[in-house]
Amino acid sequence: MTQDNPLLSVRDIEKRYGARIGCTDVSFDLWPGEVMGIVGESGSGKSTLLNCLAGHIAPDGGRILFDTRAEGLKDTAQMSEPERRMLSRTDWAFVHQNARDGLRMSVSAGGNVGERLMAVGARHYGDIRDQATDWLGRVEIAADRIDDRPTAFSGGMQQRLQIARNLVTGPRLVFMDEPTGGLDVSVQARLLDLLRGLVREMGLSAIIVTHDLAVVRLLADRLMVMKSGRVVETGLTDQVLDDPQHAYTQLLVSSVLQV
Amino acid sequence: MSDYNFAYLDEQTKRMIRRAILKGVAVPGYQVPFASREMPMPYGWGTGGVQVSAACLTPEDTLKVIDQGADDTTNAVSIRKFFEKTAEVATTEHTGEATVIQTRHRIPEEPLTEDQILVYQVPIPEPLRFLEPRETETRKMHALEEYGLMHVKLYEDISRHGEIATSYAYPVKVEGRYVMDPSPIPKFDNPKLEMAAIQLFGAGREQRIYAIPPYTQVVSLDFEDYPFVASKANHACALCGAGDTYLDEVIVDDEGGRMYVCSDTDYCSGRQDKGHRGEMAAPYMEVAE
Repeated sequence: MTQDNPLLSVRDIEKRYGARIGCTDVSFDLWPGEVMGIVGESGSGKSTLLNCLAGHIAPDGGRILFDTRAEGLKDTAQMSEPERRMLSRTDWAFVHQNARDGLRMSVSAGGNVGERLMAVGARHYGDIRDQATDWLGRVEIAADRIDDRPTAFSGGMQQRLQIARNLVTGPRLVFMDEPTGGLDVSVQARLLDLLRGLVREMGLSAIIVTHDLAVVRLLADRLMVMKSGRVVETGLTDQVLDDPQHAYTQLLVSSVLQV
Repeated sequence: MSDYNFAYLDEQTKRMIRRAILKGVAVPGYQVPFASREMPMPYGWGTGGVQVSAACLTPEDTLKVIDQGADDTTNAVSIRKFFEKTAEVATTEHTGEATVIQTRHRIPEEPLTEDQILVYQVPIPEPLRFLEPRETETRKMHALEEYGLMHVKLYEDISRHGEIATSYAYPVKVEGRYVMDPSPIPKFDNPKLEMAAIQLFGAGREQRIYAIPPYTQVVSLDFEDYPFVASKANHACALCGAGDTYLDEVIVDDEGGRMYVCSDTDYCSGRQDKGHRGEMAAPYMEVAE
């Protein structure tokens, strides 16, 4: 992996819904091994931005350059659909807020983890199963649950299963949309611990969208604060959270409940 | 002459179906949409197959209709009568004599020739349907050759049953490109899909036609460590003694008694005529009055 190129380079991304702004004027570079957090209130455009970056919706303007293995920096919005779908099966991963959106609920845990392997051509049952078992272990799901369906799992387990399913092909860039949303705090803490371990261990780059400042404090190196579709403040996480400059960021930081 | 147009459908409809068939033959395994017509029988009774047969039949053809291998079951009898009435074509129960064979759930045991057409009735043409319910998504998966999901189904089989338990409608890859549902034929018949006859598949309710041209490569999907096995009941036919045919299990009493007989009735009776006898065969043949 070259260090002279950013992994993802975003320039002036804009997405409009009719006359309304989804997000506009967003530019940033993400370097290999870096975790970036995007925070903001509901409707601030952070999910729209993430979906643009992950190729789920087409942006109306701007460029998204990804450092592909074969051809170097390439604009993913201009890519052909097969190419983009190939990326999203191999080098990218997307962790949904609701695990049900990212899992096949009628397929066993092992099958869920194995799907990405089979999608890139694995055709040896024993190998697929070994890798699935290994990954269930890494996300702290007992090996004897491998043949259970996700419907039999708790919310936290479903979320961990979704993470295993996404990371099994060794992606380089992970998009996460509120990965801890809807989980109770003790389960959140465990999940964050796990995520932090995996990100460090695998040297992943990640973009995490959340409204939970504690999540970015733990996971993110860098922070981007969004409001009304625009980025209002960026910087190192601790810097932004400890010394917020923009009025909205100050409001956001001071709104966190202290127990 | 009956009051029906030849083979029931009007000529424009038959042209439309023939165009779909030609496209299907040109792109083996690809599901071609067509404007399926209302037929005078319910969906699920072979409306797709009947429309394909109607488009293929000529007045000189000899038609054979089978249902689960048998010539004498309700579905087969009613479709045969339908074409006897509307097309006035000759019909037969002998595989070798037929030029068009419409089938439900079986391929005849006797190898077919280049002069024959095999028409399948298909209930659900989309092999990915039960894994991916969105039609837009399955079409995209076919277009982009994203078939990993098909193996997820086989994976689930092995993890649950210790082997690939799918025993019918076993997915195949046609000519190295499209994954296809061979209609609910037993997987015992899958190796026969590479044959000399042209094979046409019609799904009436789902409005799809697809085809396998003669001598086309058809590979059943499997895993390297769990290869495809064309399985059948481990018995010989109780009537004709054949050990290499697909068998039906027939319960004969309420004490666990059962017999296994060829599902292909024409093949079985042909063997019995030649003097082959299974262990439960009648000691002498009854002659029909």
